[in-house]
Amino acid sequence: MSGYFSDVAALARKDLVVELRSRDTVPAMLLFVVGALVVFHFALAEDSSRLAAAGMLWIALLFTALLALVRAFVAERDEAVIDGLLLAPCDRSAIWLGKTLSVFAFLALAEAVALPAFALFYDPVSWELIAGVALANVGIATVGTLLGAMAAAARARELLLPLLFMPLAIPIVVGGVGATLADDPARYLGFLALYDVIFAILSWASFEYVVTE
Amino acid sequence: MIHARGLGRRFGEKRVLNGIDLDVDAGEFLLVTGPNGSGKTTLLRLFAGLIVPTGGELEVRTDRARIGFLGHEPLVYRELTPLENLDLYGRLYRIPERRERIGMLLERFGLWEARREQTAALSRGMLQRLALCRTLLHEPELLLCDEPFSALDAAGADLLLDELSRRNARRTIVVSSHQPERLADRPTRLLSLAPG
Repeated sequence: MSGYFSDVAALARKDLVVELRSRDTVPAMLLFVVGALVVFHFALAEDSSRLAAAGMLWIALLFTALLALVRAFVAERDEAVIDGLLLAPCDRSAIWLGKTLSVFAFLALAEAVALPAFALFYDPVSWELIAGVALANVGIATVGTLLGAMAAAARARELLLPLLFMPLAIPIVVGGVGATLADDPARYLGFLALYDVIFAILSWASFEYVVTE
Repeated sequence: MIHARGLGRRFGEKRVLNGIDLDVDAGEFLLVTGPNGSGKTTLLRLFAGLIVPTGGELEVRTDRARIGFLGHEPLVYRELTPLENLDLYGRLYRIPERRERIGMLLERFGLWEARREQTAALSRGMLQRLALCRTLLHEPELLLCDEPFSALDAAGADLLLDELSRRNARRTIVVSSHQPERLADRPTRLLSLAPG
């Protein structure tokens, strides 16, 4: 088991180093999420409710996540490195988990900028919102990484990924907005946690079938 | 080591390999020749387990961990250095004394000086040498080399030939090449493929 987690750590660390050097993904995510919040700020009427603001935040976070997911397997696809990883004797789910952790880190970085920007333009950030975003991140990273690997094998991958991801992201938005606005946020946080557990198990178990013929 | 009967592979409607019967014993050296499009790369990818047959049967009697595959791409990350790339594979293959083995390979294939450069900055020939290091890192029992001489200069080709000469009872080698004369009398078996 320690070998499994050392494989995961090596693969996640590799993704972070690759991003640190290429700076392809995170800067684009940061610019996009701040830009989206600014645009929404001017698009919403002065007297718009906090319900609308919270909805806009979740839309901005979801589309920002898509940027990370579309690029998640670029190196593995463009340089065919996925073949090298598949030939290695590590458990193939370790490839998924390593990638999921790096996607989670990129999302967390984007949100570390997005939430203060949200507080600046709209409403103060509550602990329920932070908890909702953290749980949503887990769901987005687990499902999105699996779908990113599926889409990477297709020719129209940039189009395919949003089509696959958006329907599965609806529960995340429902849970996230509910946790942000409902009187009983714990119920929605529990819903997000359940989504995370179910889809993490499904993604972990099915990754091997996605990346092999 | 490799047993194939009626082995075939299609990509959609296109039949790339059909009816290949082949037995390669442990320690043998198989040379695969044939014109472009005859299925040499497909055959090696089948042996590596990267794709599955669509017809016939194929048995490769070795563990995934004991296969070394040198393909058209070096299978390394351009943003990492040669050292980091080999270290990543060394960890995944759980190579004992990983650092020593990596250092020895980098020295042998003339990459020691470039070990901390970004791989993206390496020439095509240097990349092929790095790919060789990656392929040999875990001392594979089954070495699959697809057009291994491409991009290698004379010195690099000599290093590769030296490695291919180290065939023994524990190492089986399969090479596809357009330049069979470079392998001289090393191959013990020849498979000539025709398109389709």
